[in-house]
Amino acid sequence: MPKKSKDAEDMIVAKGLTKVYGDFKAVDGIDFTVKRGESFGLLGPNGAGKSTTMKMIASTSQRSGGELLILGKDPNKHGPEIRAHLGVVPQQDNLDRELKVWENLMVYGRYFGLSRKFLKGKINELLEFAQLVEKRNNKVEELSGGMKRRLTIARGLVNEPEILMLDEPTTGLDPQARHILWDRLFRLKELGVTLVITTHYMDEAEQLCDRLMVMDKGKIMAEGSPAELIKKYSSKEVLEVRFGSENNATVAEQLKGIGDRLEILPDRILVYTDNGEKALEKIVKKNLHPVTSLVRRSSLEDVFLRLTGRSLVE
Amino acid sequence: MSLDTSTEPKMTWTGAKTLVDPQVAIKRGALYVAENRIMNMLKWWKSVIAFGLGNPTLYLLSIGIGIGALVDNSVGSNGIDGVSYLTFLAPALLVTAGIQGALDEVTWPTLEGFTWERTFFAMNSTSITARQIVNGVMLAAMARCVLQIFLYELCLLAFGAISWQSIPGLLLVSASAGFGFSAVMLAFAANIKDDDGIFAIVGRFVVTPMFMFSGTFYPITSLPIYLQWIGWISPQWHGTNLGRSLSYGMPVENWLFILHWSLLLGMGAIGLLLAYRIFEKRLAK
Repeated sequence: MPKKSKDAEDMIVAKGLTKVYGDFKAVDGIDFTVKRGESFGLLGPNGAGKSTTMKMIASTSQRSGGELLILGKDPNKHGPEIRAHLGVVPQQDNLDRELKVWENLMVYGRYFGLSRKFLKGKINELLEFAQLVEKRNNKVEELSGGMKRRLTIARGLVNEPEILMLDEPTTGLDPQARHILWDRLFRLKELGVTLVITTHYMDEAEQLCDRLMVMDKGKIMAEGSPAELIKKYSSKEVLEVRFGSENNATVAEQLKGIGDRLEILPDRILVYTDNGEKALEKIVKKNLHPVTSLVRRSSLEDVFLRLTGRSLVE
Repeated sequence: MSLDTSTEPKMTWTGAKTLVDPQVAIKRGALYVAENRIMNMLKWWKSVIAFGLGNPTLYLLSIGIGIGALVDNSVGSNGIDGVSYLTFLAPALLVTAGIQGALDEVTWPTLEGFTWERTFFAMNSTSITARQIVNGVMLAAMARCVLQIFLYELCLLAFGAISWQSIPGLLLVSASAGFGFSAVMLAFAANIKDDDGIFAIVGRFVVTPMFMFSGTFYPITSLPIYLQWIGWISPQWHGTNLGRSLSYGMPVENWLFILHWSLLLGMGAIGLLLAYRIFEKRLAK
């Protein structure tokens, strides 16, 4: 399997990519490129245009404008050919509930024209990968949410895709199920599978993505690796202080000058600084005593807040 | 459940470029969809047989044989079209079986495919196109329709209601009626966003009147003129008339013969074209 490099082949190239529904521009002229072996993330709140972008890459929804090449082909003209080489994990599981776990993998593999003989072996591998060997003969409706998600991912791998697309892969899962899933996706990344992931969870994006595109209202707000984005748009540390919802705004006036920047949220004040502890000392010296205080590393949530003035999960 | 890190899953990887030939799936997509639908159907094979044969058999016993005896007693055993009542009724029951068999496979599975389980979206994320999904669903529906008609034909043959020579012809006619009506219903079902009892309404106000007023139990001309139109636009009547002409030689004028076939096949063609458009639009959203 080919590994990624700077000169790696372009898997997805978008220039001025646009999708319009009536008067609403869901995706508004975005440019990006994804290279072979890369793990590329689309980060943004609900309604940012992530899923619409994914549908256009998945070659099921035609673009309204701009250029798009997937695996070197135009999806408006070669949709079925492109889709033959993609793996898709949709936001909403669309498994066949009447069929057993292994049957779901079999019928999906057949859609790609794969032989039953090949699929027999592949199904065993995929069940092992998804930790569903024991559930092989269970009906899908008997699986937990995390298991269904893993089965959907296994199904998306049945044709050994050039690009695996995952739309909100862990939304709705409990923390343990999310971690199991991240582990599986990380293994795919190690194998060199090109991944395109949408998420509104910053920890997920940090865990899985080599490079990110932050989207809001159909536009790209920033692009880069998680570390680059944090370095560029946020400080090293963040001090979170709470003075009570009614006092935060008044106190914030007195905090001006402490740290590089302040962000006043309804329930807390964020002080962006390279040294959270020192900033807290300065606050206390001003005879201000927060109800609670917390020093943490900057995250993509802070990047998003800086770029859009809004929180990622609303 | 914890993550088992003791065993590393092995994953062989050739890559889709070598593994998948897009042309194979592009050519056979509809067959793969039909394969999936038939796999689903097999999960319910007992119900499929029971419902498919149950209703028409009840009609056969109660009306064909029960009322048939009454009719034959009062107008003689050659009373309607010069044949026994059971012979007269049999082609109509076969058309009903065909329509019902195909109908069951285009209504609920379509709602399931678009709304409940969204399996059509899963199919469409592979090489399979919207048109291939339509064709695959119709192929599976027709497979069930043909099977149901054939089993019912054996039943009618056992009761002496049809001759074995008429089996292929009656199968073709009844399946054509099933095709015409179910193609239109497939387009209709593809428009439904959620099941709010619409299929029950269709069952009561479209399928049942079509069954009752299309010359199934008596010649359509026995009805007052203001009710005869139901038959004229109904695939049940067109299929039944063709079936009767094949089964016992009921005279049908040439122009009417052409009209019967045109209506059944025309409904099918229009239904399919509509379904293609609706599926394409809905899957691209």
